Amino acid sequence: MTMFRNLSLAAIASMFASPVLAQDATGLDDRINQAFADFTGPFVSFIFAPFPGTGFPWIVGWLVVAATVFSLYFAFVQFRFFGHAISLVKGDYSDPNDAGEVSHFQALATALSGTVGLGNIAGVAVAVGIGGPGATFWMIVAGLLGMASKFTECTLGVKYRNEYEDGTVSGGPMYYMSKGFNELGLPGGKILAVLFSIFCILGALGGGNMFQANQAHQQIAGIVGDFPGWITGLIFAGIVFAVIVGGLKSIARVTEKVVPFMGIMYVLAALVIIIMHADQIGWAFGQIFAGAFTGLGVAGGMVGALIQGFRRAAFSNEAGVGSAAIAHSAVRTKEPITEGFVSLLEPFIDTVVICTMTALVIIITQQLIVDPETGNYMLNEAGNAIATVDGNSGVSLTSAAFASAFGWFPYVLAVAVVLFAFSTMISWSYYGLKAWTYLFGEGHTTELVFKVIFCVFVVIGAAANLGPVIDFSDAAIFAMAVVNVFALYFLMKVVRQELASYAGRLKSGEIRKFSH
Amino acid sequence: MTTKIVIGLDGTETGERAIAFAKDLAARISSCELLVVYVIEWSPFTFQTPEENAQRHKRREEEIELATTRIVTPAVDALNAAGFTAHGIVRHGDVAETLNAITVENGGNQIVVGRASADGFKKRLFGSSTQNLVMHADVPVTVVN
Repeated sequence: MTMFRNLSLAAIASMFASPVLAQDATGLDDRINQAFADFTGPFVSFIFAPFPGTGFPWIVGWLVVAATVFSLYFAFVQFRFFGHAISLVKGDYSDPNDAGEVSHFQALATALSGTVGLGNIAGVAVAVGIGGPGATFWMIVAGLLGMASKFTECTLGVKYRNEYEDGTVSGGPMYYMSKGFNELGLPGGKILAVLFSIFCILGALGGGNMFQANQAHQQIAGIVGDFPGWITGLIFAGIVFAVIVGGLKSIARVTEKVVPFMGIMYVLAALVIIIMHADQIGWAFGQIFAGAFTGLGVAGGMVGALIQGFRRAAFSNEAGVGSAAIAHSAVRTKEPITEGFVSLLEPFIDTVVICTMTALVIIITQQLIVDPETGNYMLNEAGNAIATVDGNSGVSLTSAAFASAFGWFPYVLAVAVVLFAFSTMISWSYYGLKAWTYLFGEGHTTELVFKVIFCVFVVIGAAANLGPVIDFSDAAIFAMAVVNVFALYFLMKVVRQELASYAGRLKSGEIRKFSH
Repeated sequence: MTTKIVIGLDGTETGERAIAFAKDLAARISSCELLVVYVIEWSPFTFQTPEENAQRHKRREEEIELATTRIVTPAVDALNAAGFTAHGIVRHGDVAETLNAITVENGGNQIVVGRASADGFKKRLFGSSTQNLVMHADVPVTVVN
């Protein structure tokens, strides 16, 4: 996922660095920001509050504890059924008579396009830049545990979705909260569903929209030079409008094809760089393991590495947030749990593979400065992060690491970030829409209202200095996790029944591969 | 023993030529059944937006309905009216693979298709569906020019 609060604030601040723009931006914008910050501040502070005496946000703890509980409850389903998940994606278990329906691969690719983005590129750079190489270890651990959370929520998403007479479907946490709780005779499902939907709409407009538009503008401005953000905003809003309102599928299709290509290219480039430094791979992993337990002189030591690793993994793969459950609900499968198996590959690809690649490239290209006397990492002047070559951090740190091997790569990276931002916006426009229609009912006019609001927020996101709004939207996305995980604890026994039944039938040979 | 001939249609006039050839062939065989197949080109490995996914089932039904009413049913009706025994099948998938799979499933003895033309670049890279069918089919294939 692409929420990235510290970076975004710095980035937005830099957007208004030009004196002319700064004059335009002051006044009304400042007053709006201040009023909004005052209004939403307590909520944001609550969501991101650290555990007393630590810098560890409780919301990250909430997600990691949930992932651990689900891993134990389902006896590490993410490892036991990993191979089966790959078989499902390959289509080994797909009935040829169902050809033409959404395949497991398509559902996985769609969900991934909503999560792979700045979190993998810039978020990891921050984690390693502050927490040191050891953060990578904890990021991988959190990614592996998060696979169980995705499994749980996506199974429920398919099981309790709504199927309409015209053949379309709507699903997601709001549906399993209301229908699932009702089925189990538990009270409060509807209230949870409404709360979740409200947070989902806010998160979609903020983290899934304004923040994306803002970061896309930063990347474009970084290449062509500074220019007003509303221009980028209008262009982006026009394209988003054409796709989600005008039904111009061709643009979405092109993006959906280019984004995976960019993702693969990113991983390949990282692999090439790692192979170019093959003699240092052992050293890099040594740093990751040593740093995970000692900190290697990083501020905060081992705990600092752990916080950063867990935090970035949770922010990146969205496990437990509930968004993936909306994306996966479209698959028409007779076995809801198969979609759960497929979805557990998401945190693996997003965090364990892509995030780790980014971290390895940063470490192996020696962007982090080591004190030659002690062998520990040197802190920067402010003492809050590791000193880096040229003082880079965030996207620029990743960019510099790749540029050390391929001088042209920063341009590719910038294009990738813009495309990732666009595909994330398209995905979140759908998540927000589903929450919106849950609250206000399905219907063309209702949907159109949300879609137009979504496009307006694209312009606002790219144009204005909206730090507090983005903080609030990030908080809203994590508030989704609070509600979602709470519901998952009550509904996980339903998933366990499904798992036991499916595993039994798989073992007995009742469920078997189709010969293609 | 009944001979079963599978006719692969693609909605163009080459399909008409394939039907004409199959009719001629069937008329020479004492007991022959014709199976008219239309495969809607589709791959499970494409990338789609969430909204497209949500509407996919509806679209699939529409695609099958369209192919059935516009292409397969008229062909089957015309064959039956001409005194042949004919049935129709519409399915999504890779054209060559699916046509072969349907033939094997239904005990088909041979496949008759028209010579399809693919786009220049795609054809050079992957070969046309007809070429793929000829290379990989489990039964004899007749390509009608």
